[in-house]
Amino acid sequence: MNTLAPDDWSAIGLTLVLAASVTALLLLAGTPIAWWLARSRSRWRAPVSALVTLPLVLPPTVLGFYLLVALGPNGPLGQFTLWAGWGLLSFHFSGLVIGSVLYSLPFVVQPIRNAFVAMGERPLEVAACLRARPLDAFFRVALPLARPGLLAAAVLGFAHTLGEFGVVLMVGGNIPGATRTLSMQIYNHVEALEYPQAHWLAGGLLAFSFLTLLTLYRLEAGRGAPVRLF
Amino acid sequence: MRRFGCSDVIRADLRLDVPGFRLHSAFEIPASGITAIFGASGAGKTLLLRCLAGLEPGARGRIEMNGRTWQDDGRGIFLRTHERGLGYVFQEPSLYNHQSVRRNLAFGYERTVAAARTVQWDQAIALLDIGTLLERAPATLSGGERQRVAIARALLASPGLLLLDEPLAALDAGRKREILPFLATAQRELAIPMIYVSHQMEEIVALAAHLVLLQHGTVLANGPLAATLARVDLPIAQDEDGGVLIDAVAAAHDARYHLTQLDFPGGRILVPLESLALGTAVRLRIRARDVSLALSLHEDSSILNRVAATVVEFAPTANPANVLVRLDAGGSALLARVTLRSREQLQLAPGSRVWAQVKSAALVG
Repeated sequence: MNTLAPDDWSAIGLTLVLAASVTALLLLAGTPIAWWLARSRSRWRAPVSALVTLPLVLPPTVLGFYLLVALGPNGPLGQFTLWAGWGLLSFHFSGLVIGSVLYSLPFVVQPIRNAFVAMGERPLEVAACLRARPLDAFFRVALPLARPGLLAAAVLGFAHTLGEFGVVLMVGGNIPGATRTLSMQIYNHVEALEYPQAHWLAGGLLAFSFLTLLTLYRLEAGRGAPVRLF
Repeated sequence: MRRFGCSDVIRADLRLDVPGFRLHSAFEIPASGITAIFGASGAGKTLLLRCLAGLEPGARGRIEMNGRTWQDDGRGIFLRTHERGLGYVFQEPSLYNHQSVRRNLAFGYERTVAAARTVQWDQAIALLDIGTLLERAPATLSGGERQRVAIARALLASPGLLLLDEPLAALDAGRKREILPFLATAQRELAIPMIYVSHQMEEIVALAAHLVLLQHGTVLANGPLAATLARVDLPIAQDEDGGVLIDAVAAAHDARYHLTQLDFPGGRILVPLESLALGTAVRLRIRARDVSLALSLHEDSSILNRVAATVVEFAPTANPANVLVRLDAGGSALLARVTLRSREQLQLAPGSRVWAQVKSAALVG
């Protein structure tokens, strides 16, 4: 008996692609934000910190709702994407990516920021005294030293995106093959009272998430330094 | 004050306000040899060094290094740290623990263009004797080894000026004595000017040629080390360990009594036998509390070293029972700490001829 239908496989594939692209984007965007938050003395630091952390406490539906409005034909982002010739991103895979990036932002920024704060100024001062330009010092000293934080950020960002529901529902709209992710598929199965299929997917997600975190903590235990997620 | 040519001095005039402390230091020091910055904890030594390195963005003023302007707010010049071509040895070794010793050493070396390299790879490794440590992880090294690697790492960036911030402070006395000769040799062989911050006079007399005295963020005195140590008006002369530094030459060995004779312009001093080649230049440290005065030559005393000297001046000490006496012995300055009562009994005055009885003298550096 085939336990997973083509629909399920398509949802799994879509979810993995989504999580991978969101993680990659978040590492690219989150690292400079984390760097700035860790080192800036600007008065904007507190508001930006609050903004970045907001998705952590906000109901995903609230975030999804505003995103839907913003990305829609009358929203500022929607008007921009229409003007740019990209069409509307709501109910579209790229809309999902945008929503997920915002939703998972704190999970990526926080560990990287912690890593930058923990290393302090000294390694960079040493680099400057050894003729390294600031950008050189960032890539050759700060990033390698922040590796545990970057790893934690990637794992958290990926795992968190895998399981998100509210934002996806609001912005994506549950379209098979385009925006129907794993958690949507589970919801559909449950709605249709297809509990065995729901079990396969839900159990798989549970096991995967547990194993990912287990691996992360094992890695860090081997290194001797506890990983600080938050 | 002696004037230096523009191209062989370091001139700085720096101001920095941090919560609870104001640094306002101006000085001119030779851009050669080792200059010590000495002061009590909290005098602003580290802050001054960080300003020189460009690590304190709030510092205002002017820095001229060997004719090159590092900072001049009046002209809007501020070279950033990596543009100054300096080396910095921090109080803690601050090695990159994610890299091997070799990678740590290579960090600055690789970032120095080959034509600008004044320190060669093998040379620095030999000077600090770290050849066997190259493949080790910094975390597995002892404190002394780590600091030696940190010094070599700074030297390998071929700095035009090496700043050292109490590099031995975290080490025990044995390790300190182990590293001091490395620093002295490195300075001699590489001719890199160094600024050495410390609150340990023992390290300063072993290394430095020039001294800047810092107190509450301002420069209290600035001059050649020996001349500055001999000033009775400075708090360092009042210290329990206050005293002079004398340049001497190993002149003879006495195998029978296990003594070495050291000659200096004002006379000779005998010290316990030292394995020194005759003619070797040495530094002798004579503390004021180890010098007593007599009007006649006492042949019936156990004190070996007696030097003919003339009283130059007096200064009161913190303890009202004592008085500090500055003497001239054939051009070399000596300090003696005697009681006020002795001064009056012997009727000492500037110009008095005396015998300085030296109870103990230590070879340094």
